[in-house]
Amino acid sequence: MAEYIKNIYSALITILVGMKVTLRHLFIPSVTIQYPDVKIPLPERERNRLYVNMDDCIGCDQCARACPVNCIEIETVKALPGEDLGKTSNGKKKALWVTKFTIDFAKCCYCQLCVFPCPTDCIYMTYVYEFSEYDRNNLIYDFATLTKEEREEKKENYRRFIEQKEKSKSEKE
Amino acid sequence: MIYDFFYNLTGSALFSGLFVAIMPLLTFILPFALFAVLLERKVAGHIQDRLGPMRVGYHGLLQTVADIIKLIQKEDIIARENDKLLFNIAPVLTFVGSYAAFAVIPFSSIFLGANLDLAIFYIIAVTGLVVVGILMAGWASNNKYSLLGAMRSAAQIVSYEIPTIIVILSIVMITGSMSLMTFSENQTQYFWNWYIFGGPEFNLKKFLLIPFMFVGLIVIYISTLAEVNRTPFDIPEAESELVSGYHTEYSGMKFAIFFLAEYANMFAVSALIATMFFGGYHSPFGYLGNLLNIPWMIPVEQFFWFISKGIFFVFVQMWLRWTLPRLRVDQLMTVSWKYLIPISFVNLLIVGIISLI
Repeated sequence: MAEYIKNIYSALITILVGMKVTLRHLFIPSVTIQYPDVKIPLPERERNRLYVNMDDCIGCDQCARACPVNCIEIETVKALPGEDLGKTSNGKKKALWVTKFTIDFAKCCYCQLCVFPCPTDCIYMTYVYEFSEYDRNNLIYDFATLTKEEREEKKENYRRFIEQKEKSKSEKE
Repeated sequence: MIYDFFYNLTGSALFSGLFVAIMPLLTFILPFALFAVLLERKVAGHIQDRLGPMRVGYHGLLQTVADIIKLIQKEDIIARENDKLLFNIAPVLTFVGSYAAFAVIPFSSIFLGANLDLAIFYIIAVTGLVVVGILMAGWASNNKYSLLGAMRSAAQIVSYEIPTIIVILSIVMITGSMSLMTFSENQTQYFWNWYIFGGPEFNLKKFLLIPFMFVGLIVIYISTLAEVNRTPFDIPEAESELVSGYHTEYSGMKFAIFFLAEYANMFAVSALIATMFFGGYHSPFGYLGNLLNIPWMIPVEQFFWFISKGIFFVFVQMWLRWTLPRLRVDQLMTVSWKYLIPISFVNLLIVGIISLI
C-alpha cells in the first residue's frame, strides 16, 4: 500500500516537473533560422562556387592539371604573330586564345586546389553556394568569352597559319 | 433555448431544427478545428524550440486553411480489398459520435442545442459511437496496423470510460442533477462557487469537498485524455509503431473528417470538464454587462468565457502531448484498472459520505 501511494505521488510529481520544463521551452526564443530570408554568415575560409575572370586568364592550363576530379576543361589556340591579346592585370602577356574553358560543378569537389597554382589569380572562389539545377548539364559553366564563331575562326586561322608555314618551308627547300 | 428563438423568428419547425443542428458546426467546430490544428503545431514547435508553420500568412496563420484546401483536392482512394460500405460509413459515424455531444453542451445561457435533463448520460452514451466508428474504420481498411490500432482504441476507450463515469457520478451526487445547464447555473457569479472549490453552498461541506474535487479533476482529466486518444495515451494512432493507426488507409476528405472528429472530441471533453468543475460558461469575476447595464452583452461574455476555458484545457492536452512519452499497452491498462478506477471509486465513496452531511 505504501508503494502504491508512492507510485501515484512520484507519477504526479514527475509529470509536473516535465510540464515545467516544456513550459519553459515554450517561451524561450527558438533556434530556427528562416533560411531563404535569413542566412547564417559563412565561415571565414568557406569554399563555394568558382569563378574565372577571363580578362586575366592566360590559358596556362595549370588549374585543369591541379584539379583532382578533372572537372575543368581548357582548350587553347596560339595567337598569330600579328595579333595582340593585351596584358593581364599583373603584367603577364597573353599569348593564347582560350577557345574553351568549362567547369563542371556537378563534378567539382570544392577543394580549392585550382586556385593556388593560377599565376594571374584569375580563378577564385565566390560567395555563391545556392545554384542547384534541374538538369545536370546546366551545371557545366562555360567561362570562355569568345563566341562560337570566333572560336571556330581562331582555330581556322591558326590551322591556315600552320599550313602556310609548312608550305613556305617546303618551297624553300 | 436557441431553438425556441428561431422557431419564434421563422415559425418553421423544420428550418429552425436544421439551423440549430448546423449552427455549432459552422460557428464553432470548423473554426475551432482550424485554429486548434494550428495551435497544436505552433505549441509543438515552440516547445521544441522551433517556430512551427511560418510561411503561409503572418506567422503561418493560414496554414490550416491551405491544408484543408489541399485535402479537398485530394483523390479519394479506396483500396481494392477494403470493405467499401463500412469504409465509407466509418468516418461519418466517428464524426457523428463526437458532434452529437455538442447538442447538449451549453456554450452560454442561450446558446444550447437541447436542454436535456440527462445531458451527461446522453454524452456518455453518444460518444460510444466513436468507438464503433474507429473499430469499423480499422476493420474495413483490411490493414493489419489499422486493425491493431482500432482494437487498441476500443480496449482503451472501454477501460477509461469507467473512471470517467465514476467521477461524473460523484459530481452528479453533489448536484443531484444530470443536466449540464443545471451544473452551469449552480456555479454562478464568482470562481469560489465552482465545483472544483466545493460548490456554491458556503458551509463545512464545501471545505471538506475541495481535496476530493481536485482528485476527481485529475482522474477525469487523465481518463478523458485517454478517451480522445491523445498522447500519452495515443497507442491507437501511435505513428511510430502503427503508421497512423485506424486512419492509415484514409485519404482526402475522409481523413479530414477523422481529424475534425478528433479535434471536436478534444474540445468536447474539455468543455465537459469546464462545465463540471470550472463553472461552465460563467465568468469567474462577474460580468461587464451587469456593470454597464447592457443585458445583451452577458451571453457574449459567457460564450467568451466558455470558449476560453475549453481552449485552456485543450492547450493543456497539447502541452501534455509534447511532455510525456507514449505508454505501452500494459502500462495503459495498469493506469486505468489499478490506479484510476480504485482512486475514483474511493473518491466517489468519500464524496458520497460528505454530501450526506
